[in-house]
Amino acid sequence: MNPQEPLIFELSVRDRRALEFPACDEQSPEIEQLIPAKFLRKKLPCLPEVSEFDIVRHFTRLSQLNFSADTNFYPLGSCTMKYNPKINEKTSSLAGFTDAHPYQDESHLEGTLELLWNLEKMLCELTGMDAFSLHPAAGAQGELTGLLVAKKYFKTLGENRTKVLVPDSAHGTNPASGKIAGYSIKSVPSNKRGRIDIDALKNVLDKNVALVMVTCPNTLGLFEDQILEISKLAHEVGALLYMDGANFNALVGLAEPAKLGFDIMHLNLHKTFSVPHGGGGPGAGPVGVIQKLSKFLPTPRILKEKDKFKIMLESESAIGQVRAFFGNTGALVRAYTYIVSLGHDGLKDVSENAILNANYLLSQLKDLFPPFVPETCMHESVLSGSRYAKDGIKTLDIVKRLLDYGFYAPTIYFPLIVPEAMMIEPTETESKKSMEDFVSALKTIAQEMKDNPQTLKEGPFTTPVRRLDEVLAARNPILKWKQ
Amino acid sequence: MLNLNHLKFAKTHEWISPDGKIGISEHAQKEITDVVFVDIPSIGKSLAKEEEAGSIESVKAAFPIYAPCSGKVIAVNENVAKDPSMVNQSPYENGWFFQLEIKDANELQNLMTHDQYQEFLKTEVPSH
Repeated sequence: MNPQEPLIFELSVRDRRALEFPACDEQSPEIEQLIPAKFLRKKLPCLPEVSEFDIVRHFTRLSQLNFSADTNFYPLGSCTMKYNPKINEKTSSLAGFTDAHPYQDESHLEGTLELLWNLEKMLCELTGMDAFSLHPAAGAQGELTGLLVAKKYFKTLGENRTKVLVPDSAHGTNPASGKIAGYSIKSVPSNKRGRIDIDALKNVLDKNVALVMVTCPNTLGLFEDQILEISKLAHEVGALLYMDGANFNALVGLAEPAKLGFDIMHLNLHKTFSVPHGGGGPGAGPVGVIQKLSKFLPTPRILKEKDKFKIMLESESAIGQVRAFFGNTGALVRAYTYIVSLGHDGLKDVSENAILNANYLLSQLKDLFPPFVPETCMHESVLSGSRYAKDGIKTLDIVKRLLDYGFYAPTIYFPLIVPEAMMIEPTETESKKSMEDFVSALKTIAQEMKDNPQTLKEGPFTTPVRRLDEVLAARNPILKWKQ
Repeated sequence: MLNLNHLKFAKTHEWISPDGKIGISEHAQKEITDVVFVDIPSIGKSLAKEEEAGSIESVKAAFPIYAPCSGKVIAVNENVAKDPSMVNQSPYENGWFFQLEIKDANELQNLMTHDQYQEFLKTEVPSH
């Protein structure tokens, strides 16, 4: 295995081919007669010229450099990557789904439509929401869709609200989505317990606030235990309460967001419902709403008439279309499979085990890395490495060294309110043994910090590439191969 | 370098000089780590005190820049937009972002002196 695998372009040899087509024995017109001159290339495209065997070896070698959930433990599981049951791949590759064409007559798509309609209903049941749209292709697009639904709702009421409130522990996508939807963003500070500071919330909550966006459990892995009070305060000024459902994997079968007072929410199917992610998707970020908002959900919508499923292409009240056709259907089939194969009780077990595992790891690590808030956590905990930063060892150095011990590095330096933050989420699928191996690696690293701190500054040593210059990559990104 | 005793500091870690130049503190640049992108407002833009004026991105995250007082943008530092590393190398000189025509000098009264800011930093670090 050569970590310095060349680019496919560098393997290129002039006139080398993977496949040679036989000469055409039909008289064919010149290309200029078929395509207008202005669309024709002046130069040949710059494509690598390689044999089939070159391609096979190149990509096989690259695949062997991969780090994956199928081989190693990811300590920030559902955010980064976690194990997704293989049966999902089987169902989502059934020909009835993969070969369906979105422009086929709806009577030929009954199976797909029924599955999507059922999935909407299941998500409603799990969240207590009254309607779901499966269209958004990711959590952030779900947020934007939810914000546009809220915007249209207030427009219908004749109200021009301008502000969205976001806690300082929120995912960066919350303020970004709010801004794209045309709102100004006001940050609400957290209190010492890592929850929204209610007095600070009261100070900024008025009739100009359209939405209060709350992540529950929040990014510190803590349940927003004053959520009913927050809900009451938001609704008193006529605002809507939005749930960033990125962490719903801690609540499935345990709590219904609609009963906590949320009016709109999105789910990350690629986090909670075992759709693969990482590497940019495709994901799925369905949006659920309570009854009074359901007519604003994006079109097209699936309707059930007697036993037949129909597509409603447009509706006056809807915000319009946010995604082509029905979203990332392959991802939706996987989520459906996961829900059906586990059932209600099985999903509840998933959440309970995710919480149990997270607390086990927290109990094993808290002496080395104290949690930001010393409490029982939900599905993840946020630890701080600030005691080591004083001696010049940053959390970044610690997690880089973890790679040498065969563990992926967890998310660090988020949430922003925690100094030298390290987020730990083992997920429900990791065994006690794999978690203990992880703890023992961190203990070994803690010992190294005392005995040989230089190791920490220089690691990792065993990975195909070592410390990448992320600053150079961000300041001067080269995204395209040029001759 | 600007005389630190002439600067006023906001709790959100921006500094402002008597002639209205705005940047971020030495402490902030260290916390943010290597800055990779700076988004500064255009000349002529009017800003209210504490309004978001732009943003600053590092490999860690993106952070807003707030106007320490009200005023109109009269100059911007094109160099820092081209080479954001200046924020790290020279937060009090070459790393300034933009200059405001200060609307009301009284608004600066509530800001901190460099000494007060140093004291404030001690209280700001979370105790746990």
